[in-house]
Amino acid sequence: MVMAMATVERERALMTINMGPQHPSTHGVLRLILTLEGETVVDAEPVIGYLHTAIEKEAEHKTYHKVITLNDRLDYVSGMTNNFAYCLAVEKLLGIEPPLRGQYLRVIVSELQRIASHLVFLGTMALEIGIMSAFFYCFREREKILDLFEMLCGARLTYSYIIVGGVRYDLPEGWIDKCREFLREFPKAWHELDELISKNPIWLNRTKGIGVLRKEDAIAWGVTGPSLRASGVPWDLRKMMPYSSYDHFDFELITAEEGDTYARYWVRMLEMVESLKIVRQALDNLPSGPVIADHQWATPPPKTLLDKDMEALIRHFLFYSRGYPVPTGEAYAAVESARGEVGFYIVSDGSEKPYRMHMRSPSFIHVHALPVAAKGHLVADLVAILASFDPVMGEVDR
Amino acid sequence: MAEQTQVLTDIDRLLQVAERLKNFLSEEAIENVKVHNGEVTVTVKRENLTEALQYLRDEEKFEMLVDATAVDYMHLRNETRFDVVYHLLSLTHRLRLRVKVSVRSDDAWVPTVCHIYPSANPYEREIWDMFGIHVEGHPNLKRILTYDEFPGHPLRKDFPLFWQPGQPLEKPEEKFEEW
Repeated sequence: MVMAMATVERERALMTINMGPQHPSTHGVLRLILTLEGETVVDAEPVIGYLHTAIEKEAEHKTYHKVITLNDRLDYVSGMTNNFAYCLAVEKLLGIEPPLRGQYLRVIVSELQRIASHLVFLGTMALEIGIMSAFFYCFREREKILDLFEMLCGARLTYSYIIVGGVRYDLPEGWIDKCREFLREFPKAWHELDELISKNPIWLNRTKGIGVLRKEDAIAWGVTGPSLRASGVPWDLRKMMPYSSYDHFDFELITAEEGDTYARYWVRMLEMVESLKIVRQALDNLPSGPVIADHQWATPPPKTLLDKDMEALIRHFLFYSRGYPVPTGEAYAAVESARGEVGFYIVSDGSEKPYRMHMRSPSFIHVHALPVAAKGHLVADLVAILASFDPVMGEVDR
Repeated sequence: MAEQTQVLTDIDRLLQVAERLKNFLSEEAIENVKVHNGEVTVTVKRENLTEALQYLRDEEKFEMLVDATAVDYMHLRNETRFDVVYHLLSLTHRLRLRVKVSVRSDDAWVPTVCHIYPSANPYEREIWDMFGIHVEGHPNLKRILTYDEFPGHPLRKDFPLFWQPGQPLEKPEEKFEEW
């Protein structure tokens, strides 16, 4: 019996191979332990933790305001949405609702961020499959969005623009014109990319029917975002559980039925167009008024008051040094980021620092759902399947 | 105003779910049902956890385990030190429900829910790694974010913030002043 099993084992000739963590196509420092039969993937086991920065531990020792700067560094490709989810959770505990203009600005920046993040996805995935030039087109367009963000808050990657109660600054002069120019120009670039990639026979062969993630598997594994919609589940937090006045905007919910690598690519492509639509509507209907709520202690006082009003100066110093207390309790808030549901679970003990902050990151789950989609495919396709889930290791390891 | 009524009905629906869960299990199986910040939390007894999640998935259509984590209440509570928290999401009814289990530090284990929600697999490994709460019946309970030789469980409140490999873990945490 033992002999027979050993022969079967030898006939199948399984081989264990290590891939990563230093591998150009693992999007950072993901390590996969692959079990191969010839060139076919029989099993893949993700090994993570190489980028663990203990942000959840560190957050317990920083004030609520300072934690915002840590959150940028989790998912560094779309920092805005991390700030967004964190601030929604803290606002839930404090019972603050940002003014309408603040909410609209949040929507504008998170949709621009979504486009930027999808461009990084597209560029790197094309690079994985062998279309070098697409990478440069994508990063050229992303540069324009980063320029807009730099104009807005001075940072290009770790913004901390969204803070508790609203956003940090109002739009600078000329920003709306520059943004409208981008909205006008971007469809041209989108068509360029579409023509370059979507009908490319090599691309189609490498992506169609590859890495199928069935609907049931996607739900059972907790896959969210474009990857879930590509498997045929019409679920988008912006539509289903609207937050921050997303219900004011008219946009399509993009789904695909196939659940393969191509579907995940195509859903993201169409989502960029929908994001443009949302930004355009938000700019057209941008309400006037303050961009940040006026809370007794949880929001910074207006800068203009600092040299006139003693009370405002005290409040300013207390806000930035000691921080502000948050009522006891717990809250979970989630937003739809470029990758899926980013959620923050915060437990407060009534002090100025979170007692516990936990981030629900979509990539953490997507990396572990990867073996389900990759089983039975070639090693070369594994790279494309991984790219199609668009994981960011900063968010996987936290 | 419309939003307000929407939130209210969601809470009512979740409370009904909790009521049905109580009927399905038993009166004692559920420790308490709490409504806070528009979210409903159901605390169940540890021995009823798998049964409760199975019921919630199959009968109440909470198809997705969005998140599972733990909280160390060392400074805030005497009896039960840890809470293991499961965030469930119903795609059909568009509802979120939080299920909690309290465990004592000298008896820190929870049963696995991997067979109900596959996504629990990495989360439970994280709970073991970060809090040292053993997950009974987990197929692959290894450390996930730290390395295998790592001593201690970093998200416990008594784990120091500044720690170098080789340093004893008992060293009291250095005072860290924000000012």
